[in-house]
Amino acid sequence: MKTSELAALLNEPACAHNLKSKSGCARPTPGATAGGCTFDGAQIALLPIADVAHIVHGPSGCAGSSWDNRGTRSSGPTLFKIGMTTDLSEQDVIMGRGEKRLFHAVKQAIDRYSPAAVFVYSTCVTALIGDDLEAVCKAATQRWNVPVIPVDAAGFYGNKNLGNRLAGEAMIKYVVGTREPEPAPVDPARPDLRVHDINLIGEYNIAGEFWHTLPLFDELGLRVLSTLSGDTRFHEVQTMHRAEATMVVCSRAMLNVARKLREQFGIPWFEGSFYGIGDVSNALRDFARLLDDAELSARTEALIAREETQLAVELAPWRERLRGKRVLLYTGGVKSWSIVAALQDLGMHVVATGTKKSTEEDKERIKALMGEDAKMIEDGNARQLLNLAREYQADILIAGGRNQYTALKARLPFLDVNQEREHGYAGYQGMLTLARQLTRALENPIWEAVRRPAPWTTTLREVSHG
Amino acid sequence: MAEVLGRSKALAVSPLKTSQPLGASLAVLGLNRAMPLLHGAQGCTAFAKVFLVRHFREPIPLQSTAMDQVSSIMGADDNLIAALKTIAEKNRPSAIGLLTTGLSETQGTDIHRVLKVFRARHPEFQNVRIVPVNTPDFSGCLESGFAAAVQAMIAEWVPTAADAGTGPGRRPHQVNVLCGSLLTPGDLEALRELIERFGLHPVLIPDLSDSLDGHLDAEDFSPITIGGTPLSAFATLGDAAATLVIGPSLYPAAELLESRTGVPVHRFDHLLGLDANDRLVMTLAGIAGRTVPARLERQRAQLQDALLDTHFLLGQARIALGADPDLLHAFSELLAETGAEIVAAVASSRAPVLSRTPLSQVRIGDLEDLEDLARAHGAELVISNSHAAETAERLGIPLLRAGIPQYDRIGGYQRTWIGYGGSRQLLFDLANALLEQAEHGVTPYHSIYSRKADSRQEASHGAPQAFANSDRWH
Repeated sequence: MKTSELAALLNEPACAHNLKSKSGCARPTPGATAGGCTFDGAQIALLPIADVAHIVHGPSGCAGSSWDNRGTRSSGPTLFKIGMTTDLSEQDVIMGRGEKRLFHAVKQAIDRYSPAAVFVYSTCVTALIGDDLEAVCKAATQRWNVPVIPVDAAGFYGNKNLGNRLAGEAMIKYVVGTREPEPAPVDPARPDLRVHDINLIGEYNIAGEFWHTLPLFDELGLRVLSTLSGDTRFHEVQTMHRAEATMVVCSRAMLNVARKLREQFGIPWFEGSFYGIGDVSNALRDFARLLDDAELSARTEALIAREETQLAVELAPWRERLRGKRVLLYTGGVKSWSIVAALQDLGMHVVATGTKKSTEEDKERIKALMGEDAKMIEDGNARQLLNLAREYQADILIAGGRNQYTALKARLPFLDVNQEREHGYAGYQGMLTLARQLTRALENPIWEAVRRPAPWTTTLREVSHG
Repeated sequence: MAEVLGRSKALAVSPLKTSQPLGASLAVLGLNRAMPLLHGAQGCTAFAKVFLVRHFREPIPLQSTAMDQVSSIMGADDNLIAALKTIAEKNRPSAIGLLTTGLSETQGTDIHRVLKVFRARHPEFQNVRIVPVNTPDFSGCLESGFAAAVQAMIAEWVPTAADAGTGPGRRPHQVNVLCGSLLTPGDLEALRELIERFGLHPVLIPDLSDSLDGHLDAEDFSPITIGGTPLSAFATLGDAAATLVIGPSLYPAAELLESRTGVPVHRFDHLLGLDANDRLVMTLAGIAGRTVPARLERQRAQLQDALLDTHFLLGQARIALGADPDLLHAFSELLAETGAEIVAAVASSRAPVLSRTPLSQVRIGDLEDLEDLARAHGAELVISNSHAAETAERLGIPLLRAGIPQYDRIGGYQRTWIGYGGSRQLLFDLANALLEQAEHGVTPYHSIYSRKADSRQEASHGAPQAFANSDRWH
């Protein structure tokens, strides 16, 4: 990838705060860095496309220690869960056999697994030795008549965020617009319903949480062409250019996709979240607004009123238990504010939130939710998080799996909200799951037990004091 | 004995192999107050960290030189020096493991030279010990990376007997133990206790049972390891009575230690099963000059009893085995001892030990290869890491999780496999897995003449009652 192309991606024009330093280009500090690489980001963004063979072109380190560790779910094919890599050997690297191995690898994947498409991810080593990913993919597509898509997002290009964008860029460049959607099926119960086509961008269906929301879209008569990329299929991504509206779900990392869909196909977009009651309702309203359909608006308002009323009843006992509990939130991007809203819905008090991967827009929203002097954690290493937890008397740390043991070793309750988690928190129903998991963490009797010193140490101390 | 078949495919599917830098990191994590540093892009470290966190369910100290686009092409020596300085300054470790990756090796870094530059430029950090290890991703596997790191520790930190004035047996109770990556923290704990029973003092290198055994420390947080082999131990190795080495991958490291110190080495391929543990116990009794404690005799008798109890199931059981070479060899010997048959054996990478494993064939490959072989040869049980869960599911047979990673079970890292006791439990678990699965006996045969009245009875529940009320009883 050319430096100029990378620079263009970092300079996302749809971002209102473009003059500030960019989250995509923060240079990591050697010896004091945390977080994934560009390849990691690209893989996270696209791996959930379930019927694609995802081939990592590189030595064993990249795929070998990262396959099979995502919480995303598929309602059908499981091909995406099978780790595939060219697993380059020393001889491949020295003798320049990488491209040849890749070409045969693509054939092997097609022959055995009949994928809808093959995605090929470059890695540091193959980028450095100059393997021409695009040429190999083009040749392979022509030879075997299966789409073979290059995703040029080597690890050393930068951080995860950039990887998300590069992945989105690859979809726009090679996939979106290469197929027309089938006519929308007719619901026999509502044969005259006007069905609208929509896109989501960055809905990863972690722990299946999108299945909380999808039935609502069905009820409203909204057909999701693609989620890019939770539980989606290759043919769905191909048809994204036919949507009437797009919602950017998870972080602004893939804003470039939304912007290009508008530039090239005139599709309006908005940014939203499915975490928290208000945000779910707003997302549904935003669709109704962009689609400009009075009947849809009426259906949407009726649905929101029904769901919110019902949820208020169901949540009441949980709110009672969670009221006033103090949360230290440390997570990236859009979740830095969307989860804040969800927690506030539950009556909890968010004492600080992480903004490392957040954009300026994200930060504005945080201020709107938490007040002007909201505590934002720019770079939360483990030590700092624990100090903050103590300073702000947090009852629980809510963060990504990386920080789970930071909290537990400090005997601090913890909830995982990142991609490896086991529970779905999105949608109205997700709020109940969130409340249940929060009380499960907070109210557990172990906290007293793990803080209790061994009885003989206290006895000794008493003796020595006496 | 085994024929080793090379990799046969362009594409590795469901990789079995974990990379060298990760293995070397693991070895460094067995040192006290240590920090492994991967010379590569930040993802090299992030992936390895998540991988180890999921396996051990512990915080894992691991850092990165954070190579980016410019330093990958123009040279990353400055990144490396900056990273060493930052870690030494911020985290004050006793040791840093400086490990290369595929990226920095392809670039052609010379870590030994850069380390000299660092030493010259930063004399203030001279008491931070640094061990440089070349561990490219594109060769070897977790096991070889682990072994390379252990060998480098000895090369860096163990002086020759002539230089240091050490001599074998000056510490008559000390036994050095080079612990291969096939041993879990639980294994190391059991091994330590066994050696202590003979009145000996074991020095484990590296000692994951002291750093990653999963204990709740008094401190709430540490950026470096909170246990492991103390660095000071390396200077004492030359005074030990003997060195034990567990795992063939560490034999070269043991040879180096022997040539430096003259301390005699006792080699153990593994510690599974009766034969291996008999040898270990005899060796320890010899070193200590003591008789074998009665308690061990009882444990041995328990293992023999377990061999009897499980042999109905394990004899001729058909096993599929996928692991790093040392572990594959260990299980092959154990299963040979129980009369089981290994019908599919896949190793992640080549190693000398594979050629003397008691199998007809070992393939270098991935879990797809294992699945194909297991299906073709009717395997009844898979032994491999957690990645094979779906393999086993597709095959419709049980999985015994062994090796790294084990992320879908809690406590896999602390399981004790070795010793008479560990081996006994292993036999039970193998047998139970087969027991749950097995359909014994003969499939029911439905005769065309002597037809059972089952269908009629099912149709009319009143039938037996009708019989009871019939005239016969009057």
